[in-house]
Amino acid sequence: MRPILSEQQLGITIKRLAHQVLENNSDLANTVVIGLQPRGIFLSDRIVEEMQKEMPGTAIQYGKLDITFYRDDIRKQLHVANRTDIPFSIENKRVVLIDDVLYTGRTIRAALDALLDFGRPEKVELCVLIDRRFSRQLPIQPDYTGKSIDSIISQKVKVEWDKKEVILY
Amino acid sequence: MQLSTRHLLGIKDLNRQDISLILQTAEQFKEVLQRPVKKVPSLRDVVIVNLFFENSTRTRISFELAEKRLSADTVNFTASASSVAKGETLLDTVNNILSMKVDMVVMRHSASGAPHFLAKHIPAAIINAGDGINEHPTQGLLDAFSIKEKTGSLEGRKVAIIGDIMHSRVAQSNIYLLKKMGAEVVVCGPPTLIPKYISEALGVNVSYNLKETLEWCDVANVLRIQLERQNQVLFSSLREYNLAYGISRELLDSLHKEIVIMHPGPINRGVELDSDVADSKQSIILQQVENGVAVRMAVLYLLSNQNKA
Repeated sequence: MRPILSEQQLGITIKRLAHQVLENNSDLANTVVIGLQPRGIFLSDRIVEEMQKEMPGTAIQYGKLDITFYRDDIRKQLHVANRTDIPFSIENKRVVLIDDVLYTGRTIRAALDALLDFGRPEKVELCVLIDRRFSRQLPIQPDYTGKSIDSIISQKVKVEWDKKEVILY
Repeated sequence: MQLSTRHLLGIKDLNRQDISLILQTAEQFKEVLQRPVKKVPSLRDVVIVNLFFENSTRTRISFELAEKRLSADTVNFTASASSVAKGETLLDTVNNILSMKVDMVVMRHSASGAPHFLAKHIPAAIINAGDGINEHPTQGLLDAFSIKEKTGSLEGRKVAIIGDIMHSRVAQSNIYLLKKMGAEVVVCGPPTLIPKYISEALGVNVSYNLKETLEWCDVANVLRIQLERQNQVLFSSLREYNLAYGISRELLDSLHKEIVIMHPGPINRGVELDSDVADSKQSIILQQVENGVAVRMAVLYLLSNQNKA
């Protein structure tokens, strides 16, 4: 068991991610932020909070997406579905997808399929806290990365939001 | 995370966790139905046959829409236009269909227990869409979903089931489900339409007084008088039934609170429900139909895995 990010580092990293997203998407009227259920929401909540601090008075369009019904492993195991809540149109918008850990890329593949059922965005970007590089099974890369780590399949990365740290098991 | 059963034959076989899981999943499917593209790819690899040996509008269309919105392939079968008319047995009919690689069977049949019989003899997942006077589990689930959506919870909710209890599979499924989820149930109707030992057998209270029952309940689920299943005279005329057990606007207005009115359809307007009650804002009859698709999607989705592997 090895800590990857401590509480302090986690806070700094989240602030940086929020700033980077804002740097590339200065027009918030044309940008929407979408967190992936269930675990990406902890991160997207924090990032949207930081973005709001930086841009007080500007409305940030923030939604939540559940990808359970789009998974490619439904025949192996069913998962409990969570709430999807996207109360705005994503047609011709720039979408920033947020998840906590990027590993095989399969969740993001499902998320892209799910997203297209809501409209045709102008662009989709991916923001993750932890990128487990060299373990991808699909050609998917993040645009914003909190921290890249090298890990092997038998290891697990856990973001402990209540203890506010990231741990490699 | 999965259901404790391979088939949905009746609410009787489900436990609390199963019911909660179905209702919770249905909530997410209801959101899917609000999207620009009301469809998910979950059941792309599943073939479903809809076997309807008995007439149906709502249930058949609802199942078919649910299947299509899950991306399943579907085949429809109506008994009158099939070889059943030539004397083929139920088991032969179904086995012939299954040999064409079908994964799930949705069946409505006029004989109580028909889906249970099939489940014993064939490998596909069976979903009961109504069997005789036994159960109509997806109706029970969609009624519960609608009550929960409208009033917040099932626990402690006071539900009256009114009308032809004797011939109603909807009543039976509703009673099983509501009791399992902690609601209180009263059945109300003329003595000839209420089974004699129902309170001992199913743990419900019986009332023959409509006004008292409505005064007690939060939700009234009004059932259709099923003339097609009655082969003896159980009440003198529809007009008399309407006077004693029909729900009118004046009756509802005389109550001390506003109750929710439900009906599984098809409505006999002017018999069990007056038109101005059925179309009032207290009635959630059309919401029930809307919720039916989401609930059936949940059932199909959760059962789709049970017979693969």
